[in-house]
Amino acid sequence: MDLRQIVITAALLAGFTAVGVGLVALTQQGTEERIAANEKAIMLARVSAVLTPGSYDNDPIADHFDLMAPEELGLRLGLRTEAQTEAAHGFQGYRARLANQVTAVVLPVVAREGYSGDINLLVGVDAEGHITGVRVTRHRETPGLGDLIEASKSDWILGFTGKSLDNPKNGWAVRKDGGEFDQFTGATITPRAVVRAVYNALQYVQRHHAELFETEQLKEVADE
Amino acid sequence: MSDVKLGNLARDGLWKNNPALVQILGLCPLLAISNTTINALGLALATLAAVLLSNILVSLIRHWVRPEVRLPIFVLVIASVVTTIELIMNAFFHELFLVLGIFIPLIVTNCFIIARAESFASRHRVSLAAWDGLMMGLGFGLVLIVMGAMRELVGFGTLLANAEQLFGPIAHNWTIYVLPEETGFLLAILPPGAFMALALLIALKQAIDRRLKEKAAARVQLSVTTKQPART
Repeated sequence: MDLRQIVITAALLAGFTAVGVGLVALTQQGTEERIAANEKAIMLARVSAVLTPGSYDNDPIADHFDLMAPEELGLRLGLRTEAQTEAAHGFQGYRARLANQVTAVVLPVVAREGYSGDINLLVGVDAEGHITGVRVTRHRETPGLGDLIEASKSDWILGFTGKSLDNPKNGWAVRKDGGEFDQFTGATITPRAVVRAVYNALQYVQRHHAELFETEQLKEVADE
Repeated sequence: MSDVKLGNLARDGLWKNNPALVQILGLCPLLAISNTTINALGLALATLAAVLLSNILVSLIRHWVRPEVRLPIFVLVIASVVTTIELIMNAFFHELFLVLGIFIPLIVTNCFIIARAESFASRHRVSLAAWDGLMMGLGFGLVLIVMGAMRELVGFGTLLANAEQLFGPIAHNWTIYVLPEETGFLLAILPPGAFMALALLIALKQAIDRRLKEKAAARVQLSVTTKQPART
Protein backbone atom coordinates (compact mmCIF):
# COMPACT_ATOMS: atom_id res chain seq x y z
CA MET A 1 0.00 0.00 0.00
CA ASP A 2 1.61 3.28 -1.03
CA LEU A 3 1.69 6.44 1.00
CA ARG A 4 -1.29 7.99 -0.75
CA GLN A 5 -3.51 5.09 0.18
CA ILE A 6 -2.35 5.22 3.77
CA VAL A 7 -3.15 8.92 4.01
CA ILE A 8 -6.59 8.44 2.49
CA THR A 9 -7.37 5.62 4.91
CA ALA A 10 -6.17 7.65 7.87
CA ALA A 11 -8.21 10.65 6.77
CA LEU A 12 -11.24 8.41 6.40
CA LEU A 13 -10.80 7.06 9.91
CA ALA A 14 -10.37 10.59 11.27
CA GLY A 15 -13.48 11.72 9.41
CA PHE A 16 -15.60 8.95 10.87
CA THR A 17 -14.23 9.67 14.32
CA ALA A 18 -15.20 13.33 13.98
CA VAL A 19 -18.73 12.39 12.91
CA GLY A 20 -19.08 9.90 15.77
CA VAL A 21 -17.83 12.36 18.36
CA GLY A 22 -20.10 15.04 16.93
CA LEU A 23 -23.12 12.79 17.25
CA VAL A 24 -22.35 11.97 20.86
CA ALA A 25 -21.58 15.61 21.72
CA LEU A 26 -24.87 16.77 20.21
CA THR A 27 -26.87 14.24 22.20
CA GLN A 28 -24.96 15.10 25.32
CA GLN A 29 -25.80 18.76 24.91
CA GLY A 30 -29.42 18.01 24.26
CA THR A 31 -29.86 15.79 27.30
CA GLU A 32 -27.50 17.49 29.77
CA GLU A 33 -30.12 19.59 31.53
CA ARG A 34 -32.60 16.77 31.89
CA ILE A 35 -29.97 14.39 33.25
CA ALA A 36 -28.85 16.95 35.85
CA ALA A 37 -32.49 17.50 36.87
CA ASN A 38 -33.02 13.72 37.14
CA GLU A 39 -29.97 13.30 39.33
CA LYS A 40 -31.04 16.12 41.59
CA ALA A 41 -34.55 14.68 41.90
CA ILE A 42 -33.19 11.26 42.86
CA MET A 43 -30.85 12.85 45.40
CA LEU A 44 -33.64 14.93 46.90
CA ALA A 45 -35.93 11.91 47.13
CA ARG A 46 -33.21 9.96 48.92
CA VAL A 47 -32.36 12.73 51.37
CA SER A 48 -35.93 13.72 52.14
CA ALA A 49 -36.76 10.05 52.81
CA VAL A 50 -34.59 10.11 55.94
CA LEU A 51 -35.89 13.48 57.20
CA THR A 52 -39.10 14.08 59.13
CA PRO A 53 -41.54 15.72 56.71
CA GLY A 54 -42.29 19.32 57.68
CA SER A 55 -39.25 19.62 59.91
CA TYR A 56 -37.39 21.77 57.37
CA ASP A 57 -38.10 24.54 54.92
CA ASN A 58 -34.81 24.74 53.05
CA ASP A 59 -33.41 22.74 50.14
CA PRO A 60 -31.15 20.24 51.92
CA ILE A 61 -29.42 19.32 48.65
CA ALA A 62 -28.20 22.89 48.22
CA ASP A 63 -27.23 23.03 51.90
CA HIS A 64 -24.50 20.41 51.62
CA PHE A 65 -21.19 20.45 53.45
CA ASP A 66 -17.93 18.50 53.39
CA LEU A 67 -17.86 15.87 56.11
CA MET A 68 -15.29 16.27 58.82
CA ALA A 69 -13.38 12.99 59.40
CA PRO A 70 -15.37 10.96 56.83
CA GLU A 71 -13.41 7.81 57.71
CA GLU A 72 -15.22 7.78 61.07
CA LEU A 73 -18.43 7.05 59.17
CA GLY A 74 -16.83 4.09 57.44
CA LEU A 75 -16.36 5.97 54.19
CA ARG A 76 -13.37 4.66 52.35
CA LEU A 77 -10.70 7.14 51.35
CA GLY A 78 -8.25 6.46 48.57
CA LEU A 79 -9.17 4.70 45.34
CA ARG A 80 -12.85 4.87 44.59
CA THR A 81 -15.01 4.03 41.61
CA GLU A 82 -17.52 6.50 40.30
CA ALA A 83 -20.38 4.42 41.69
CA GLN A 84 -18.78 4.30 45.13
CA THR A 85 -18.25 8.05 45.16
CA GLU A 86 -21.83 8.52 44.09
CA ALA A 87 -23.13 6.18 46.81
CA ALA A 88 -20.97 7.99 49.38
CA HIS A 89 -22.45 11.28 48.12
CA GLY A 90 -18.94 12.54 47.41
CA PHE A 91 -18.32 12.67 51.18
CA GLN A 92 -20.99 15.32 51.54
CA GLY A 93 -23.54 15.64 54.29
CA TYR A 94 -26.73 17.69 54.13
CA ARG A 95 -28.36 20.08 56.61
CA ALA A 96 -32.09 20.47 57.05
CA ARG A 97 -33.14 23.84 58.47
CA LEU A 98 -36.35 25.29 59.80
CA ALA A 99 -36.33 29.09 60.05
CA ASN A 100 -32.56 28.95 59.56
CA GLN A 101 -32.06 26.71 62.57
CA VAL A 102 -30.43 23.37 61.73
CA THR A 103 -33.01 20.77 62.70
CA ALA A 104 -31.32 17.67 61.34
CA VAL A 105 -28.31 16.47 59.38
CA VAL A 106 -28.18 13.71 56.78
CA LEU A 107 -24.97 11.70 56.61
CA PRO A 108 -23.72 9.10 54.16
CA VAL A 109 -22.58 6.10 56.20
CA VAL A 110 -20.90 2.85 55.18
CA ALA A 111 -21.44 -0.47 56.91
CA ARG A 112 -18.23 -2.25 56.06
CA GLU A 113 -19.12 -5.62 57.54
CA GLY A 114 -21.86 -6.57 55.09
CA TYR A 115 -22.19 -10.12 53.82
CA SER A 116 -20.86 -9.15 50.41
CA GLY A 117 -19.00 -5.89 50.65
CA ASP A 118 -19.91 -2.41 51.73
CA ILE A 119 -23.47 -1.33 52.43
CA ASN A 120 -24.06 2.37 51.80
CA LEU A 121 -26.60 4.11 54.00
CA LEU A 122 -28.04 7.56 54.45
CA VAL A 123 -28.74 8.37 58.09
CA GLY A 124 -30.73 11.40 59.25
CA VAL A 125 -30.17 12.61 62.82
CA ASP A 126 -31.88 15.55 64.50
CA ALA A 127 -30.32 18.07 66.90
CA GLU A 128 -31.38 16.03 69.95
CA GLY A 129 -29.57 12.98 68.61
CA HIS A 130 -32.69 11.09 67.52
CA ILE A 131 -32.68 9.25 64.23
CA THR A 132 -35.10 10.76 61.72
CA GLY A 133 -34.62 7.97 59.20
CA VAL A 134 -32.24 5.45 57.66
CA ARG A 135 -32.18 4.21 54.06
CA VAL A 136 -29.90 1.92 52.11
CA THR A 137 -28.54 3.55 48.97
CA ARG A 138 -26.31 0.77 47.65
CA HIS A 139 -25.58 -2.82 48.61
CA ARG A 140 -24.77 -6.20 47.14
CA GLU A 141 -26.41 -8.41 49.76
CA THR A 142 -28.14 -11.63 48.74
CA PRO A 143 -31.50 -11.04 47.05
CA GLY A 144 -34.33 -12.44 49.15
CA LEU A 145 -32.24 -12.63 52.35
CA GLY A 146 -29.98 -9.65 53.02
CA ASP A 147 -31.88 -7.27 50.78
CA LEU A 148 -34.67 -7.01 53.33
CA ILE A 149 -32.74 -3.97 54.56
CA GLU A 150 -34.20 -2.09 51.57
CA ALA A 151 -37.25 -0.05 52.48
CA SER A 152 -39.02 -1.36 49.37
CA LYS A 153 -38.59 -4.98 50.51
CA SER A 154 -39.45 -4.80 54.23
CA ASP A 155 -40.17 -2.36 57.04
CA TRP A 156 -37.09 -3.36 59.01
CA ILE A 157 -35.07 -0.23 58.22
CA LEU A 158 -37.94 1.98 59.44
CA GLY A 159 -37.42 0.55 62.94
CA PHE A 160 -34.46 2.88 63.47
CA THR A 161 -36.59 6.02 63.30
CA GLY A 162 -36.81 7.75 66.69
CA LYS A 163 -33.97 5.74 68.22
CA SER A 164 -30.99 7.44 69.85
CA LEU A 165 -27.84 6.56 71.79
CA ASP A 166 -29.96 6.27 74.97
CA ASN A 167 -32.84 4.44 73.36
CA PRO A 168 -32.12 1.55 73.60
CA LYS A 169 -29.18 2.28 75.84
CA ASN A 170 -27.67 -1.19 75.84
CA GLY A 171 -29.59 -2.76 73.00
CA TRP A 172 -27.72 -1.56 69.94
CA ALA A 173 -27.28 -5.02 68.45
CA VAL A 174 -29.39 -7.70 66.77
CA ARG A 175 -31.41 -10.02 69.03
CA LYS A 176 -29.01 -12.88 68.44
CA ASP A 177 -26.28 -10.73 70.04
CA GLY A 178 -28.56 -9.73 72.92
CA GLY A 179 -29.79 -6.51 71.36
CA GLU A 180 -33.14 -5.05 70.39
CA PHE A 181 -33.07 -5.25 66.62
CA ASP A 182 -34.47 -8.17 64.66
CA GLN A 183 -32.25 -10.17 62.41
CA PHE A 184 -33.68 -11.91 59.34
CA THR A 185 -34.24 -15.59 58.96
CA GLY A 186 -31.10 -16.85 57.29
CA ALA A 187 -29.34 -13.50 57.41
CA THR A 188 -27.77 -12.13 60.58
CA ILE A 189 -24.61 -10.59 59.20
CA THR A 190 -26.35 -7.97 57.09
CA PRO A 191 -28.61 -6.48 59.83
CA ARG A 192 -25.76 -6.71 62.33
CA ALA A 193 -23.56 -4.62 60.04
CA VAL A 194 -26.31 -2.05 59.51
CA VAL A 195 -27.09 -1.75 63.23
CA ARG A 196 -23.42 -1.20 64.01
CA ALA A 197 -23.02 1.40 61.29
CA VAL A 198 -26.09 3.35 62.44
CA TYR A 199 -24.88 3.29 66.05
CA ASN A 200 -21.51 4.46 64.83
CA ALA A 201 -23.19 7.34 62.99
CA LEU A 202 -24.98 8.39 66.20
CA GLN A 203 -21.68 8.45 68.06
CA TYR A 204 -20.22 10.51 65.26
CA VAL A 205 -23.02 13.05 65.56
CA GLN A 206 -22.46 13.26 69.31
CA ARG A 207 -18.71 13.82 68.82
CA HIS A 208 -19.13 16.48 66.14
CA HIS A 209 -22.38 17.96 67.35
CA ALA A 210 -21.16 21.56 67.46
CA GLU A 211 -19.73 21.52 63.93
CA LEU A 212 -22.72 19.74 62.46
CA PHE A 213 -25.44 21.93 63.91
CA GLU A 214 -23.69 25.31 63.85
CA THR A 215 -25.47 27.80 61.63
CA GLU A 216 -22.61 30.04 60.62
CA GLN A 217 -22.68 28.96 57.00
CA LEU A 218 -26.18 30.28 56.79
CA LYS A 219 -25.32 33.52 55.02
CA GLU A 220 -23.33 31.84 52.27
CA VAL A 221 -26.20 29.51 51.59
CA ALA A 222 -28.71 32.31 51.52
CA ASP A 223 -26.55 34.18 49.03
CA GLU A 224 -26.36 31.26 46.60
CA MET B 1 -26.97 -10.45 -3.00
CA SER B 2 -30.45 -9.70 -4.17
CA ASP B 3 -31.54 -13.24 -3.51
CA VAL B 4 -31.81 -12.56 0.24
CA LYS B 5 -35.46 -12.97 1.18
CA LEU B 6 -37.09 -10.93 3.91
CA GLY B 7 -38.85 -14.01 5.25
CA ASN B 8 -35.58 -15.90 5.52
CA LEU B 9 -33.96 -12.99 7.34
CA ALA B 10 -36.83 -12.92 9.80
CA ARG B 11 -36.66 -16.67 10.33
CA ASP B 12 -32.89 -16.46 10.84
CA GLY B 13 -33.05 -13.69 13.39
CA LEU B 14 -36.00 -14.94 15.37
CA TRP B 15 -35.40 -18.68 15.27
CA LYS B 16 -32.96 -20.53 13.01
CA ASN B 17 -29.95 -18.36 13.74
CA ASN B 18 -31.13 -16.65 16.91
CA PRO B 19 -28.25 -14.62 18.41
CA ALA B 20 -28.89 -15.84 21.94
CA LEU B 21 -30.09 -19.42 21.47
CA VAL B 22 -28.07 -20.55 18.46
CA GLN B 23 -25.11 -18.22 18.05
CA ILE B 24 -24.88 -17.95 21.87
CA LEU B 25 -23.59 -14.37 21.54
CA GLY B 26 -23.98 -11.50 23.98
CA LEU B 27 -24.34 -13.78 27.00
CA CYS B 28 -23.01 -11.26 29.52
CA PRO B 29 -26.03 -8.92 29.47
CA LEU B 30 -28.36 -11.82 28.73
CA LEU B 31 -27.42 -13.61 31.93
CA ALA B 32 -26.93 -10.59 34.16
CA ILE B 33 -29.99 -8.50 33.35
CA SER B 34 -32.63 -11.20 32.90
CA ASN B 35 -33.67 -11.25 36.58
CA THR B 36 -36.91 -9.35 36.07
CA THR B 37 -39.17 -8.81 33.09
CA ILE B 38 -38.87 -5.03 33.14
CA ASN B 39 -35.07 -5.04 33.36
CA ALA B 40 -34.98 -7.50 30.48
CA LEU B 41 -37.43 -5.44 28.45
CA GLY B 42 -35.41 -2.27 29.01
CA LEU B 43 -32.17 -3.87 27.92
CA ALA B 44 -33.91 -5.64 25.03
CA LEU B 45 -35.20 -2.31 23.68
CA ALA B 46 -31.81 -0.65 24.10
CA THR B 47 -30.06 -3.53 22.33
CA LEU B 48 -32.65 -3.57 19.56
CA ALA B 49 -32.17 0.14 18.96
CA ALA B 50 -28.39 -0.30 18.98
CA VAL B 51 -28.28 -3.14 16.46
CA LEU B 52 -30.88 -1.51 14.22
CA LEU B 53 -29.10 1.86 14.10
CA SER B 54 -25.63 0.38 13.78
CA ASN B 55 -26.78 -1.87 10.90
CA ILE B 56 -28.32 1.11 9.09
CA LEU B 57 -25.25 3.31 9.57
CA VAL B 58 -22.79 0.58 8.62
CA SER B 59 -24.79 -0.18 5.49
CA LEU B 60 -24.94 3.53 4.58
CA ILE B 61 -21.18 3.95 4.78
CA ARG B 62 -20.26 0.56 3.32
CA HIS B 63 -18.92 2.00 0.04
CA TRP B 64 -16.58 4.44 1.77
CA VAL B 65 -15.13 2.14 4.36
CA ARG B 66 -11.85 0.56 3.35
CA PRO B 67 -11.41 -3.08 4.24
CA GLU B 68 -8.21 -2.43 6.25
CA VAL B 69 -9.94 -0.13 8.72
CA ARG B 70 -13.46 -1.52 8.60
CA LEU B 71 -13.42 -3.06 12.07
CA PRO B 72 -12.32 0.11 13.92
CA ILE B 73 -14.95 2.04 12.01
CA PHE B 74 -17.69 -0.47 12.86
CA VAL B 75 -16.69 -0.34 16.51
CA LEU B 76 -16.73 3.45 16.35
CA VAL B 77 -20.20 3.46 14.82
CA ILE B 78 -21.52 1.03 17.45
CA ALA B 79 -19.89 2.92 20.31
CA SER B 80 -21.34 6.25 19.14
CA VAL B 81 -24.81 4.76 18.76
CA VAL B 82 -24.70 3.09 22.17
CA THR B 83 -23.40 6.21 23.92
CA THR B 84 -26.23 8.19 22.34
CA ILE B 85 -28.77 5.63 23.54
CA GLU B 86 -27.20 5.69 26.99
CA LEU B 87 -27.55 9.47 27.24
CA ILE B 88 -31.14 9.35 26.05
CA MET B 89 -32.03 6.64 28.58
CA ASN B 90 -30.30 8.61 31.31
CA ALA B 91 -32.46 11.60 30.43
CA PHE B 92 -35.82 9.92 29.91
CA PHE B 93 -35.76 6.60 31.79
CA HIS B 94 -33.52 7.59 34.67
CA GLU B 95 -34.58 4.92 37.16
CA LEU B 96 -34.25 2.13 34.67
CA PHE B 97 -30.92 3.58 33.63
CA LEU B 98 -29.75 3.32 37.24
CA VAL B 99 -30.90 -0.30 37.47
CA LEU B 100 -29.31 -1.39 34.19
CA GLY B 101 -26.17 0.54 35.08
CA ILE B 102 -23.02 -0.74 33.44
CA PHE B 103 -24.93 -3.02 31.07
CA ILE B 104 -26.00 -0.20 28.79
CA PRO B 105 -22.46 0.93 27.91
CA LEU B 106 -21.58 -2.77 27.71
CA ILE B 107 -23.93 -3.14 24.73
CA VAL B 108 -20.92 -1.86 22.75
CA THR B 109 -19.16 -5.13 23.47
CA ASN B 110 -22.16 -7.28 22.61
CA CYS B 111 -20.50 -9.33 19.89
CA PHE B 112 -23.63 -10.10 17.94
CA ILE B 113 -23.95 -6.43 17.00
CA ILE B 114 -20.51 -6.25 15.40
CA ALA B 115 -21.10 -9.70 13.91
CA ARG B 116 -24.18 -8.36 12.09
CA ALA B 117 -22.27 -5.25 10.98
CA GLU B 118 -19.40 -7.29 9.58
CA SER B 119 -21.22 -10.26 8.09
CA PHE B 120 -24.42 -8.64 6.88
CA ALA B 121 -24.85 -4.88 7.04
CA SER B 122 -21.54 -4.07 5.33
CA ARG B 123 -22.54 -6.22 2.34
CA HIS B 124 -26.20 -5.38 1.82
CA ARG B 125 -28.32 -2.36 1.02
CA VAL B 126 -29.81 -0.22 3.77
CA SER B 127 -33.34 -1.61 3.74
CA LEU B 128 -32.14 -5.20 4.08
CA ALA B 129 -29.60 -4.25 6.75
CA ALA B 130 -32.31 -2.47 8.73
CA TRP B 131 -34.63 -5.46 8.46
CA ASP B 132 -31.84 -7.82 9.51
CA GLY B 133 -30.98 -5.58 12.47
CA LEU B 134 -34.62 -5.45 13.52
CA MET B 135 -35.05 -9.21 13.33
CA MET B 136 -31.77 -10.03 15.08
CA GLY B 137 -32.52 -7.45 17.77
CA LEU B 138 -36.02 -8.87 18.22
CA GLY B 139 -34.66 -12.41 18.40
CA PHE B 140 -32.19 -11.44 21.08
CA GLY B 141 -34.70 -9.27 22.91
CA LEU B 142 -37.43 -11.92 22.97
CA VAL B 143 -35.09 -14.47 24.53
CA LEU B 144 -34.05 -11.85 27.07
CA ILE B 145 -37.67 -11.04 27.94
CA VAL B 146 -38.75 -14.68 28.16
CA MET B 147 -35.80 -15.40 30.45
CA GLY B 148 -36.63 -12.34 32.53
CA ALA B 149 -40.25 -13.43 32.89
CA MET B 150 -39.24 -17.01 33.77
CA ARG B 151 -36.78 -15.92 36.43
CA GLU B 152 -39.03 -13.26 37.91
CA LEU B 153 -41.95 -15.68 38.04
CA VAL B 154 -39.98 -18.44 39.75
CA GLY B 155 -37.82 -16.15 41.88
CA PHE B 156 -40.28 -13.51 43.08
CA GLY B 157 -43.63 -14.99 42.07
CA THR B 158 -44.48 -11.79 40.18
CA LEU B 159 -44.49 -10.45 36.65
CA LEU B 160 -43.84 -6.89 35.49
CA ALA B 161 -42.69 -5.62 38.89
CA ASN B 162 -41.33 -2.03 38.79
CA ALA B 163 -43.01 -1.40 35.44
CA GLU B 164 -43.15 2.31 36.30
CA GLN B 165 -39.40 2.53 35.70
CA LEU B 166 -40.07 2.01 32.01
CA PHE B 167 -43.64 3.14 31.45
CA GLY B 168 -43.98 6.00 33.94
CA PRO B 169 -46.42 6.49 36.81
CA ILE B 170 -49.41 4.88 35.04
CA ALA B 171 -47.68 1.52 35.40
CA HIS B 172 -47.51 1.58 39.18
CA ASN B 173 -50.01 -1.22 39.66
CA TRP B 174 -49.14 -3.34 36.65
CA THR B 175 -47.37 -5.90 38.80
CA ILE B 176 -49.05 -9.28 38.51
CA TYR B 177 -48.78 -11.42 41.64
CA VAL B 178 -48.86 -14.96 40.33
CA LEU B 179 -47.67 -16.78 43.43
CA PRO B 180 -48.51 -15.91 47.05
CA GLU B 181 -45.97 -13.53 48.57
CA GLU B 182 -42.58 -14.76 49.78
CA THR B 183 -42.83 -18.11 48.04
CA GLY B 184 -40.17 -17.21 45.46
CA PHE B 185 -37.45 -19.71 44.70
CA LEU B 186 -34.33 -17.66 45.35
CA LEU B 187 -32.03 -19.62 43.06
CA ALA B 188 -33.81 -18.35 39.97
CA ILE B 189 -32.74 -14.76 40.64
CA LEU B 190 -29.16 -15.62 41.54
CA PRO B 191 -26.61 -16.06 38.73
CA PRO B 192 -26.98 -19.88 38.50
CA GLY B 193 -30.66 -19.37 37.74
CA ALA B 194 -29.68 -17.43 34.62
CA PHE B 195 -27.63 -20.33 33.28
CA MET B 196 -30.41 -22.78 34.04
CA ALA B 197 -33.06 -20.64 32.37
CA LEU B 198 -30.88 -20.23 29.27
CA ALA B 199 -30.16 -23.97 29.17
CA LEU B 200 -33.88 -24.74 29.42
CA LEU B 201 -34.66 -22.36 26.55
CA ILE B 202 -31.92 -23.82 24.34
CA ALA B 203 -33.12 -27.35 25.11
CA LEU B 204 -36.70 -26.35 24.36
CA LYS B 205 -35.71 -24.86 21.01
CA GLN B 206 -33.81 -28.00 20.05
CA ALA B 207 -36.68 -30.22 21.10
CA ILE B 208 -39.07 -28.22 18.93
CA ASP B 209 -36.63 -28.32 16.01
CA ARG B 210 -36.29 -32.10 16.33
CA ARG B 211 -40.03 -32.59 16.53
CA LEU B 212 -40.48 -30.50 13.37
CA LYS B 213 -37.76 -32.44 11.57
CA GLU B 214 -39.30 -35.78 12.47
CA LYS B 215 -42.66 -34.59 11.29
CA ALA B 216 -41.18 -33.38 8.02
CA ALA B 217 -39.35 -36.68 7.57
CA ALA B 218 -42.50 -38.62 8.31
CA ARG B 219 -44.37 -36.59 5.75
CA VAL B 220 -41.73 -37.29 3.11
CA GLN B 221 -41.85 -40.97 3.90
CA LEU B 222 -45.60 -40.93 3.79
CA SER B 223 -45.62 -39.34 0.35
CA VAL B 224 -43.02 -41.83 -0.84
CA THR B 225 -45.05 -44.81 0.36
CA THR B 226 -48.25 -43.52 -1.12
CA LYS B 227 -46.60 -42.95 -4.47
CA GLN B 228 -45.27 -46.49 -4.59
CA PRO B 229 -47.92 -48.84 -3.32
CA ALA B 230 -46.66 -52.00 -1.70
CA ARG B 231 -45.66 -54.61 -4.22
CA THR B 232 -46.51 -57.62 -2.15
